[in-house]
Amino acid sequence: MSRDSTAKILTVAFLLCVICSILVSAAAVGLSERQERNKAAEKKKNILVAAGMYDESVSLDEQFSMIQTRIVDLQAGEFTDDFDVASFDSRVAAREPENRMVIPEGQDLAGIKAHSRYQEVYLVMDVDTLRQVILPVYGKGLWSTMYGFISLDADMTTVVGFAFYEHGETPGLGGEIDNPDWKKLWPGKHIYDDQGNTRIEVIKGTVDRDSANAIYQVDGLSGATLTARGVSNLLQYWMGKNGYQPLLTRLKREGVN
Amino acid sequence: MSRAKDVLLDPLFNKNPIGLQILGICSALAVTSKLETVIVMCLAVIFVISGSNVSVSLIRRQIPSSIRIIVQITIIATLVIIVDQFLKAYAFGISKQLSVFVGLIITNCIVLGRAEGFAMKNPPGLSFLDGFGNGLGYSIILILVAFCRELFGAGKLLGFSILPNTSEGGWYLPNGLMLLPPSAFFIIGLLIWALRTWKTDQVEEEN
Repeated sequence: MSRDSTAKILTVAFLLCVICSILVSAAAVGLSERQERNKAAEKKKNILVAAGMYDESVSLDEQFSMIQTRIVDLQAGEFTDDFDVASFDSRVAAREPENRMVIPEGQDLAGIKAHSRYQEVYLVMDVDTLRQVILPVYGKGLWSTMYGFISLDADMTTVVGFAFYEHGETPGLGGEIDNPDWKKLWPGKHIYDDQGNTRIEVIKGTVDRDSANAIYQVDGLSGATLTARGVSNLLQYWMGKNGYQPLLTRLKREGVN
Repeated sequence: MSRAKDVLLDPLFNKNPIGLQILGICSALAVTSKLETVIVMCLAVIFVISGSNVSVSLIRRQIPSSIRIIVQITIIATLVIIVDQFLKAYAFGISKQLSVFVGLIITNCIVLGRAEGFAMKNPPGLSFLDGFGNGLGYSIILILVAFCRELFGAGKLLGFSILPNTSEGGWYLPNGLMLLPPSAFFIIGLLIWALRTWKTDQVEEEN
């Protein structure tokens, strides 16, 4: 068989594909368990970081035992027990048409078009009292979709912590949303004003401490105007009436149960 | 023996893939803002380039010339995916920081260049040395660039504070430019200048 005959070309191509796909599948399957574990641990860690409870010296599972996972129906603003908490994934749930919420035109501040009607939220409980509620939020930045958790105090408006765990913004610029110094600016800020309007925003430049709005404003990141705008917008959306506001209003009024 | 030594050591300074051939600049700009990520990236590139050189060389007499580039890319892509999977399993934090750039090793011109230019014509042993040497040559430049960028951009090396930042009560005001990709261009330019001042035969003739 000559080296450039059609038969030879097909044989080489076929064998190469088979061998390479076996290697790739073996690596993917063999390592997937470990990768899933990493991802799950990372998620728990991020939830704890957002809640300001993360402590490197204590095991993740132990720390996480103080947190209850609940599934919320955004439209009703209520918790639901229709799903198994352990296996629930809002990205998977959103594939079912009846679970999808398509965001009306003009209201899609986060740039995500549609999302699951059901979302996982995390409650930090002190016996029967709700201490914090941790909400997943996401939306478009400059380049990427940014995924994060925001944690609110029992008054349902004061931020306890806010952290992104997945994004592809420019390192050193938009990527500075990961910067611990910037994240420190969030605790204590208020999401809503007394009328229930979503007021939280990242502004350009530095917040004027004397301004009446300072409680709703966070310093911008230099060189990252568009990422910062994305952060403001996604909070506007998720804290608004299509997002968690119905749930938060109800929790504030009636408590957890 | 001297051939093997040349094949291994030439890519370090005499024929550096970044310094002389100006290949692989994309990742040299993208991942070099921190030393830690660069070291992992370099190990990944050394593994892929050595592995692809050996594999291509082993089957070089079987590869039909009409599909040789496809064969090489398939081998490279396989190795890159395997590396990526391993990083996700065993170095999750760093794989998150490197994000797409591990996958982009596939398009790193150095890897394909060595497979096509060297491994197709040479036995596996020499090809391995060539791949390893070129991987090292790439790594030297990246590590130098990352060293400068992390030191002057953040005042740190491998995450440890070297120049105390003003924000933490020290005296050093970090140079934000160093964290941006263009600064890598400046540093690589300076490195090439230094290299060509040292090895004058690398200077291109003016026409």
